Amino acid sequence: MPRAAEFATAAARRDIRDRWLLSAPALLIIFFAAIGPLFIVLLYSFMVKGDYGDVKFWQFTSDAWISVLFERDLFDDTVSFADAHLSVLWRSVKLSAATTLLCLVFGFPTAYFIATRPERQRDVWILLVTIPFWTNLLIRTFAVQELIRNEGIVNSFLQWIGLIDQPIQMMFTEFAVMVGMVYVFLPLMVLPIYASMEKLDFRLVEAGYDLYAGRLQVLRRVILPLVRPGIVAGSILVFIPALGAYVTPRLLGGGKSLMLGTLIELQFGQGRNWPLGAALSITLMAIVMAALLFYVRTVSRGGNRNG
Amino acid sequence: MAKGFSVIRMPGFGFVAIACFLVLYLPIATLVVYAFNAGTSIAIWQGFSLRWFVSAWNNERVIETALRSLNIAVVAATLATVVATMAALATTRTAPYRGLTFKYAFINQPLMVPEIVTAVALLIFFSRIKVWTGYSGLGYLIAAHTAFCIPFAYMPIRARLESMDLTLERAAADLYAAPWAVFRRVTFPLLWPGILSGFMLAFVISLDDVVITEFVKSGGQDTLPTYMLGQIKRQVTPEINAISTVFLVISVIIVTGFFLVNRKRP
Repeated sequence: MPRAAEFATAAARRDIRDRWLLSAPALLIIFFAAIGPLFIVLLYSFMVKGDYGDVKFWQFTSDAWISVLFERDLFDDTVSFADAHLSVLWRSVKLSAATTLLCLVFGFPTAYFIATRPERQRDVWILLVTIPFWTNLLIRTFAVQELIRNEGIVNSFLQWIGLIDQPIQMMFTEFAVMVGMVYVFLPLMVLPIYASMEKLDFRLVEAGYDLYAGRLQVLRRVILPLVRPGIVAGSILVFIPALGAYVTPRLLGGGKSLMLGTLIELQFGQGRNWPLGAALSITLMAIVMAALLFYVRTVSRGGNRNG
Repeated sequence: MAKGFSVIRMPGFGFVAIACFLVLYLPIATLVVYAFNAGTSIAIWQGFSLRWFVSAWNNERVIETALRSLNIAVVAATLATVVATMAALATTRTAPYRGLTFKYAFINQPLMVPEIVTAVALLIFFSRIKVWTGYSGLGYLIAAHTAFCIPFAYMPIRARLESMDLTLERAAADLYAAPWAVFRRVTFPLLWPGILSGFMLAFVISLDDVVITEFVKSGGQDTLPTYMLGQIKRQVTPEINAISTVFLVISVIIVTGFFLVNRKRP
């Protein structure tokens, strides 16, 4: 029956063509207003900086890339490491890693707590985690700022109970940025861990106890390996936005605790060095991509081991 | 130990969890409380008053930027939902075909790239286009918002579609319903909760955006969040708390609505 077969392939081909047409508007919008411009950033990072912002078109140089890591001495043209950029880069990685770790320390027990509630209550607990997540990030950062200001509730309370005489300066420190990021990104850790915890078969936990495992052993040998995909996903979901965070370091960190996000913004504002800003953006994206790649590899390896 | 031993209990976990919930809500609660402060301070309580809500309402800048935010969010979320619905129909309930994985990756891309990088990229790209075309209207903001809203609208719609099989649509087609009639009479009514969820997510995401808007906006195109960002950096009165409170209430309503639409029915 060749004719029927031909008819079927023609129909399949038409179906695929229709599916491309249907998805075309979404793909085009994302291409023009999200993906495409990234290539322009890459191009800009290799151009000569303009005198008042922007770039000198079609004049190529690798100056911006060199100045990501090195700085040229104005007088004798010697090249040394750009301490300012490296310290910002290091601070971003350090604070993001600390934030991820703290979110894990607080988020894991919280997810466990929710997953072990009676089934009908869980939805409500999850809603309670979700509401701050969907609340404006700026407002949440502002709320943290009000708490930890010198005249804020935390300092007032500590002074009132007589623990301190002078307010502790928390604003505009790395500590403030970290506290803010933990607060802002915590739901991103709880939700994926909960998602894999929900599928956890607690009969396995029971079996662990039956085999004379202690609580710590059950946690380490049974629960943690089973919810590992959730932990990895949560860590990635916290680490990536923390690395590129802009609002939180800008409000809580001030000029002294710059992070990559605020440093990039500076190049497009006061710095008027667009190529450097572009190069820093690409650097940030490269780190993010590396983290994602690590995630994909970890998850696929975990899948093989369990399956 | 035998008596009352619970296999699911982990000592200390409940305590940490409750502490987490308190910490999640304490700052927000404080912020809301001080919105009702009679004094001009955001730290010293001087009695209950609604004066800051009145003052926000009478602040032309607040109203103007809030309306602009709503305008952008409605248009961008609608556009994003329409194209995401089409994309979801095109990428579900099919045998894998060439380009399918590519489409997934493409649609989810705005979630992978840090917001600040997208913001910078759009700043560069749009500033060129502004020079070439001379147009500097809201179109740029709407395009940017639509793009990053698409994955958020796409997720719930795709999830809903994947839980629907093709039986009913095939039956309708067998009864000589045209493709558009099948969509309108069968697919759409079944898919409706997914589309509504997608729209709500996209709407909230657009309304909340600070970073991309801050970079893409032209002069005089502040949205409520970028206006607030500017105010917070200067000097803060409880007016900001009052605006935040209203904003919070809107978000909570939308999120709760989303939650109710998606609730697993027993």
